Amino acid sequence: MLTLPRDHKLLIPYLMGGQSADWLDVAKAMAEAGADALEIGLPFSDPMVDGPVVQRAAATALSRGATPETVLKELSTVDIGVPLIAMTYANVALGIPDFPARLVEAGISGVIVSDLPLEESAEFRAAADRAGVSMVLLGAPDCADDRLARICAASKGFVYSMTAMRTTGEQAQLTTAAKDTVTRLRRHATIPVIAGFGISTPELATEICTEADGVVVGSALVRELLDGGDAATVAERVRGFRTALDRVA
Amino acid sequence: MGQPDATGRFGDFGGRFLPEALVPACREVEEAFLDAWHDPAFVAEYHRLLATYVGRPTPLTECVRLGERLGIRLLLKREDLAHTGSHKINNVLGQALLAKRMGRTKLIAETGAGQHGVATATAAALLGLDCTVHMGHTDMRRQELNVFRMELLGAEVVPAGVPGTAGTLKEATNAALRAWVSETRTAHYCLGSVLGPHPYPYLVRELQRVIGDEARAQAAELLPTGIPDVVVACVGGGSNAAGTFAGFVDTPAELIGVEAAGGAAVSTGTPGILHGFRSHFLQEGVQIAEAHSISAGLDYPGIGPEHMHLAATGRVRYPTVTDDEALSAVRALAVTEGILPALESAHALAWILRAAGTPELPTGTTVLLTLSGRGDKDVHQIRETLAC
Ligand SMILES: Cc1ncc(COP(=O)(O)O)c(C=O)c1O
Repeated sequence: MLTLPRDHKLLIPYLMGGQSADWLDVAKAMAEAGADALEIGLPFSDPMVDGPVVQRAAATALSRGATPETVLKELSTVDIGVPLIAMTYANVALGIPDFPARLVEAGISGVIVSDLPLEESAEFRAAADRAGVSMVLLGAPDCADDRLARICAASKGFVYSMTAMRTTGEQAQLTTAAKDTVTRLRRHATIPVIAGFGISTPELATEICTEADGVVVGSALVRELLDGGDAATVAERVRGFRTALDRVA
Repeated sequence: MGQPDATGRFGDFGGRFLPEALVPACREVEEAFLDAWHDPAFVAEYHRLLATYVGRPTPLTECVRLGERLGIRLLLKREDLAHTGSHKINNVLGQALLAKRMGRTKLIAETGAGQHGVATATAAALLGLDCTVHMGHTDMRRQELNVFRMELLGAEVVPAGVPGTAGTLKEATNAALRAWVSETRTAHYCLGSVLGPHPYPYLVRELQRVIGDEARAQAAELLPTGIPDVVVACVGGGSNAAGTFAGFVDTPAELIGVEAAGGAAVSTGTPGILHGFRSHFLQEGVQIAEAHSISAGLDYPGIGPEHMHLAATGRVRYPTVTDDEALSAVRALAVTEGILPALESAHALAWILRAAGTPELPTGTTVLLTLSGRGDKDVHQIRETLAC
């Protein structure tokens, strides 16, 4: 099961598995640069909740011949050094036999399935529990309070707070919905509330972390890699987020 | 046909597999539709528009010459005569009225070849709504004229699909769902077939059942037995077929849904989840594959969940037809009856041409075929294909 530290603001970078030949080195570099955990995308042909950058990363991974299975296999050969959370879609999670057990074999302790909302996820949550994997659920700004309460009760490891009604991708500013959703989730959560979607700069990360327990940073790092960045340049950016978050009390 | 259960399932298929952000929006659509569909004033307004704007009821045409040639009695339900040239308008007008009732000011839609996009742009213009249509980058190039039609009608057409993807209907649907996430307060997602998360497969079927209800009443007047022996319609997502079957599912009529060979979700698909619902999809491993059909309207890698349920229970059969068979069927109907069918509808006719006189469709059988649309949109492509 996924357990995260509670004594500092958490930094969870996202990386698309298989998006480049050296993606495992990138993952290790992210961990060494101060990530508390990593979110690893398992590529899917139709990433419905992702914006252009992550879509491009998924298409790149698939065109390189990567599949969710190859990504899991590659991960099982290394020790990244921090907890890993798989992020994928229902067709992958429910289409691969014994998926939770396969995650465990790959050294993954948490899982996000973007299109498996509260009602549809009960069976999978139970299977994940049995295998020892924490299923992380998302709360969205449009969810009513009672729904957020049920999401908090069902989520394991942490609960993911969407900063806005939007797909993944970079943004220049946080909307008022960002903090409000975190605040509403925190009222019900006994596990960390981590904000994600559009946390593009250390400034936005520190801003939301006055309320949230941490952030997921996706597109800003993925774009760096798509633009030709390597493990060292991405690690540098991760370090920037780390330094900024460590200044938040 | 049946009601879905509380989770939106028809048997094992359907459901609401969506990002959490879209769940509240879909629940609102569900509640609003159930409310509207039980409101006589809403239903009356919908039927008034169908009569005065769409041109309903569409006629039932008997194909005497082609029927004689095939040794069957062949009736066409003429959705090609509906405004904008296909059955798509029935669904879209209902959803546009629903959008207004919900206080929405904009329609978001996906389109493949453009028929649903044109219908949505039309309804938006009629009811004073904004309209954005998402269309794959490849389809936009292939169907320039329909892009222009939508723009003339005041809609914005947005290219869908990042480099490295096929840029067809599958991507357009992803893009429309993504766009809706940011606009759930102001926009209604006007989905084009019996697909997607609950309540869409149910909602779209109810709005298309006017095809089957009319055909049933028309057949009752025309036929000694009151009902045809066999009812046939083409299946992309399956909206014209679902609407047609809804009128006959409780009769002894045999029901046939015809899929394109390159998009045959029932016969070659495997269980999966895409665009918010569980059904059968063309897949390579756990990745959704692209469908390939000469008719863009049948170029969908899956099939609506209720159809998959009807297939699983054996109530409906889903044979497949090749591009070449469909092209021959276009010719056959054109030269014997003076009707140029859409390539999609030609698939359904092609199955009839193949089956007539065999034990599948014995001589003397009465067959009702829904002609889902007219072929004008396909003339350019048909000419190019025949020239090859
Ligand atoms: C004329 C026509 N017929 C049939 C279809 C297939 O759709 P469905 O199976 O949902 O009716 C389309 C879709 O674009 C169409 O344009």
